[in-house]
Amino acid sequence: MTAADLAIILPEIVLALFAMGAMLAAVYTSKDAMAAALTYGTATVFLIMAFYIAVTGDGTRVGFGGMFIDDAFARFAKVAILLSAAAVLVIGVEAMEKSDLLRFEYPVLITLSVIGMMMMVSAGDLIALYMGLELQSLALYVIASLRRDSVRSTEAGLKYFILGALSSGLLLYGASLVYGYTGTTLFSGIIETAAGGEMALGLLFGLVFVMAGLAFKVSAAPFHMWTPDVYEGAPTPITALLATAPKVAAMALFARVVHDAFGGAVGDWQQIVAVLAVASMFLGAIAAIGQTDIKRLMAYSSISHMGFALIGLAAGTAQGVEAMLIYMAIYVTMNIGTFAFIMTMEKDRRHVTEISALSSFASREPAKALAILVLMFSLAGVPPLVGFFGKYAVLLAAVDAGMVWLAIAGVIASVIGAYYYLRIVYLMYFGDDREGLDGQMGTAAYIGLVGCAALMLLGVINLFGLEAPAAAAAEVLLR
Amino acid sequence: MQIGLEHYLTVAAILFVIGIFGIFLNRKNVIIILMSVELMMLSVNINLVAFSSFLGDLTGQVFTLFILTVAAAEAAIGLAILVCFFRNRGTIAVEDVSNMKG
Repeated sequence: MTAADLAIILPEIVLALFAMGAMLAAVYTSKDAMAAALTYGTATVFLIMAFYIAVTGDGTRVGFGGMFIDDAFARFAKVAILLSAAAVLVIGVEAMEKSDLLRFEYPVLITLSVIGMMMMVSAGDLIALYMGLELQSLALYVIASLRRDSVRSTEAGLKYFILGALSSGLLLYGASLVYGYTGTTLFSGIIETAAGGEMALGLLFGLVFVMAGLAFKVSAAPFHMWTPDVYEGAPTPITALLATAPKVAAMALFARVVHDAFGGAVGDWQQIVAVLAVASMFLGAIAAIGQTDIKRLMAYSSISHMGFALIGLAAGTAQGVEAMLIYMAIYVTMNIGTFAFIMTMEKDRRHVTEISALSSFASREPAKALAILVLMFSLAGVPPLVGFFGKYAVLLAAVDAGMVWLAIAGVIASVIGAYYYLRIVYLMYFGDDREGLDGQMGTAAYIGLVGCAALMLLGVINLFGLEAPAAAAAEVLLR
Repeated sequence: MQIGLEHYLTVAAILFVIGIFGIFLNRKNVIIILMSVELMMLSVNINLVAFSSFLGDLTGQVFTLFILTVAAAEAAIGLAILVCFFRNRGTIAVEDVSNMKG
């Protein structure tokens, strides 16, 4: 372990020290009284780290004998993770305070899970991958059951834990087979063995198990069953976190594993990813139709969106990875905006999540309703908005890779999926006029909602220059 | 009879499958699910150690130590969440972990 190695993981070290320092400081001083300050402080540290990674990052650096990779791909994902986690922290403070959940563990646990996510996207070795994944997951299990006195929150945590542990088990079993048949856990070593024509049957089994484990983490069908329950049961600001940063990390890890470790056997995993993509898109689109709870609806929506992101991955090209990264960045922005609204839905001073409560919302709050309309249209992929460009990019990548059937399936699924987004808009504008939401929205959440909606409109000009770094990231992954 | 790599792999595969079935077929108690998860982790460890010895490469055993550590942390967190759930619900039967459906 040299100074050069440590310099590569400097952001992770800083965050780890910050998490431990914050924990000690809070325990020895005022405990939960400093929770709000600590939450804002954590968000600031995330922003500084994102800025540091974006500005100082250059080229590809490999540390710890290949176990940790710092390249353009990892940096793109890390910046997305840090920014979305910071945004969720800031817009969630008020909602957490109202539900009496703003404890000092909350920012500390989120910091720990963010470190895990950063480890995941930088992993260059099966051991590093596993440690990152577990650090992220273990922190998230606890955060999901943060409301200790609620049956639903603890049930969400329990379900998340059991299915998460099952997926870790599948992933590990796959990792052990991969190790056995290649003799190494380093991705750079695995790709040499896997690239030599036919893969051994055991190695193929290992690949399938690893992919099943990863599919759990990105909540792709048929490994999605934890998602709706966890989204519904967890406190809403935490649902917002679960829907954003971990999805980016898991998707980036998925891309890293299939390209860095199995890049020589594209044909072997391409079909599996395509099947996962089609299953997720259709399941997410169809199962969401009957939902009455907006958090459950967002869960199925995220399953469907993961299907679209997987289309980019299934293409197996640099263009596909680039499209996937752009899609994830757009998806995260849309979700932050939508959840900024959902976490402030109130009726008679109680947090409500029924979709019916949105009825005729536009007549009372036209500005907010307009922002939600933009976000819903963007989620559905209606053309003038940014969400459409994300879908367009992944579908184009699939067509260019010769998977026309996949692109057609994507279009059909997106048409089906448009129904439930439009239903929300319909309810807001043309629903029966009756007692609806009456809560006030805090400044941070309001800025989150309106800001994300504005991004969806303004981004059509050039996607804020997102394409260049995404292309650089994709290129370095497929070199 | 010589005991070779394939025997170890078979034992690990059987244990792993028992672990998976333990999670899905068990209708009684959440603690049994935790035990099944542990069984899956340990079957992976058998796999890794067998491969490590067969290949003459230490990485697999290092991996095993990491897995053991993480499995301990995982069990601690799982039990902690289970205790919270029990306090709210008063039961840990699997069929009662079903307030949310759909």
